[in-house]
Amino acid sequence: MDFDPFLLARIQFAANISFHILFPAISVGLAWVLWFFRWRFTVTGDKRWDYAYAFWVRVFALTFALGVVSGITMSFQFGTNWPGFTEITGNISGPLLGYEVLTAFFLEASFLGIMLFGKDKVSNKMHLAATALVAIGTSISAFWILSLNSWMQTPAGFELIDGKFYAKDWLAIIFNPSFPYRFAHMFNASLLTCAFLISGISAWRIQQNLEGPATRLVLKTGVILAAVAAPLQLVIGDLHGLNTLEHQPAKIAAVEGIWHTQKGAPFTVFGWPDEDQQKTHFAIEIPKAASLVLTHELDGEVQGLDAFEGRHPPVAILFWSFRIMVGIGMLMILVSVWAAWVLYRQQKPSPRLLKALSAMTFSGWVATLAGWYVTEIGRQPYIVYGLFETHEVVAQHASATLLGTLFGYVFLYLFLLLAYVSALRYMSSKPAKSLSLLHEYGFKDKTSAIGDGQ
Amino acid sequence: MIDQALPIIFMFIMGFAMLAYVMLDGYDLGVGMLLPLADDDEKDLMIATIAPFWDANETWIVLGVGVLLIAFPQAHGIVLTSLYLPVTIMLMGLILRGVAFDFRVKAEVSQRSFWDGALFAGSLTASICQGWMLGAYITGLTVNVVNTMFSGLIALTLPALYVLLGAGWLMIKTEGGLFRKAVRWGRAATIPMGIALLLLSVATPIVSEEIAAKWFVMPNVIGLLPIPLSCIVAYLTINWLLYKREALEAGYGWIVFACTLLICVMAGIGLAYSLYPDIVIGRLTIWEAAAAPESLKFVLIGVAVTLPAIIAYTAFVYKIFQGKATKLSYD
Repeated sequence: MDFDPFLLARIQFAANISFHILFPAISVGLAWVLWFFRWRFTVTGDKRWDYAYAFWVRVFALTFALGVVSGITMSFQFGTNWPGFTEITGNISGPLLGYEVLTAFFLEASFLGIMLFGKDKVSNKMHLAATALVAIGTSISAFWILSLNSWMQTPAGFELIDGKFYAKDWLAIIFNPSFPYRFAHMFNASLLTCAFLISGISAWRIQQNLEGPATRLVLKTGVILAAVAAPLQLVIGDLHGLNTLEHQPAKIAAVEGIWHTQKGAPFTVFGWPDEDQQKTHFAIEIPKAASLVLTHELDGEVQGLDAFEGRHPPVAILFWSFRIMVGIGMLMILVSVWAAWVLYRQQKPSPRLLKALSAMTFSGWVATLAGWYVTEIGRQPYIVYGLFETHEVVAQHASATLLGTLFGYVFLYLFLLLAYVSALRYMSSKPAKSLSLLHEYGFKDKTSAIGDGQ
Repeated sequence: MIDQALPIIFMFIMGFAMLAYVMLDGYDLGVGMLLPLADDDEKDLMIATIAPFWDANETWIVLGVGVLLIAFPQAHGIVLTSLYLPVTIMLMGLILRGVAFDFRVKAEVSQRSFWDGALFAGSLTASICQGWMLGAYITGLTVNVVNTMFSGLIALTLPALYVLLGAGWLMIKTEGGLFRKAVRWGRAATIPMGIALLLLSVATPIVSEEIAAKWFVMPNVIGLLPIPLSCIVAYLTINWLLYKREALEAGYGWIVFACTLLICVMAGIGLAYSLYPDIVIGRLTIWEAAAAPESLKFVLIGVAVTLPAIIAYTAFVYKIFQGKATKLSYD
């Protein structure tokens, strides 16, 4: 069987980046939540915040490690699989990535050591500062990488000479048109992913009678964070969508499944987009809704896919990814508002609510992945939107080589994903046993206390 | 003027980052490779000596490759595409090694020996691949029988250097039974490393005429003499000290580590001299591969501000965790 090396290279990169984003999606938000736990402990002296920190910092360390090692893979893959990308965009992508390494990677990696192992070696104030520096580091890292990603989506501040990009205005490059929206959307996504992770695991522990002294406190923190971040995400997402409509109308046309430019375009809730026949089968439509959402007018004109002469992204995958993302987002709003209402009324969370929360533990992952598929596949066929196509920059490796390494990566990633989720489950179900091993974390004098539960 | 100097400055920064990686992650990888030789309690202690540092240490390779991308984008593509397989396998090794640190204490206790094995296997695989990459790079990324043998030779010797670094690190951070084991491991590692150093010094000028031409002409030969001489002195010091038990127990074990670092630095300087002014030997000079001056200036400002800060807080972290690692756990 013959495989297209270009497709294999894309699948390989997609596999790597999909695996990678799972972990920053948790750790960027969790770093700030940990700082919050530590800060509450410092201010109130309430031991429960210390327990909460002790439990979740271990989850953070594991998550962070997976994010780091899969991130290193990315930095090499630009060169091994997409040498044309560095040759064409090197003058712009290089500095942005360089600033990420210089201002974020060393900061987070260095102070992580103090955060994890330095509790008894430094003052509480220093430990709080180290936690803050790690959180700042993860956010700075997100800043730079999303700046580069956004620049590929909405390139600005450059000059094109002999097929190569040259920087003209660094501020315009860094703060390119889609960057503020994408950064806000992703940062909030990370808070949401983390909020559902911590409230989901806490709910599961209450359900399983594994409740520790801080479990309900963590549940409450997670629920409040989710109830704020989930509706906020709807607003940011809408603004991001309008920005995309302005700069990448083909992406929106594919997301909405609008085949022909029209006024008063309907919103297709569900359906089966068929690119060959240029129509959506079994479509359930809301009349004029797409025009209303996109142009804020009932009879606004919306560009259809026919306006782009075939240079638009694949329709079905964008159509579905977008609906999965939005569907989960709506579910998040529903569950978090329900849970917040119950907590506000100071009622005991019902088994049904606990079940809903624990079912949503990894919902942030699915929504984040679906969202990234919309934005990244939605950039196709371009690598730098409107200027260079992805197939122009791919490395010429043999299909067999790519297929072999792809199998290696996919096997390794599936294995690590399984190991990660089962380690989380194990840590949540047997905290006493696993925490007692943690003398190297500097908890030795409190091990027995923590051993009684989170 | 400054535009012409920029590629040289960035070659220096890249060399600094790569050298820092070899020295710092070198001891992490060395400790990882020594892991199966220790019993379970010693394993915990060995990992405690590197746990606070490994992540930041590993970041130096990201900076090194990052500078290759930033400053020499043309070379970045050529080098990494040519090294596709060893890079990919190295990455898988680094992934296994990195996650094993956490999984070994967080997954079920029954899985622990598996993750210790993964830590060892990942460290070994990454070290061998790095040696292979170095060998392929020195021989100009061209594949033939001699070059392949040369790369294989370095692939087998770089782990020995890392093991010696790891053993030296353990001599600084441990005491008692583990300390004595570290001395024995150090002694064993010096032999393959000595053979390797010798072979490398002989083989490099043979496989690369360009490099031979740079070293064996007057008066360069005399000016370059301190490099091999200091390596020989450092190597002999290591060998002598590893058999001086009283001196080692009195706390002079750090000299073994320092001498190994010195060998790394000298090898790094020698390599830089051999390569200059090429970034891909015989194919591309640093000026041909360099990115646009505006981009390099923009990054240089960042480097000037952050690199001193990075070095300062790295030193701060090492200061916090100084002393024998037993204290880290049971103080």
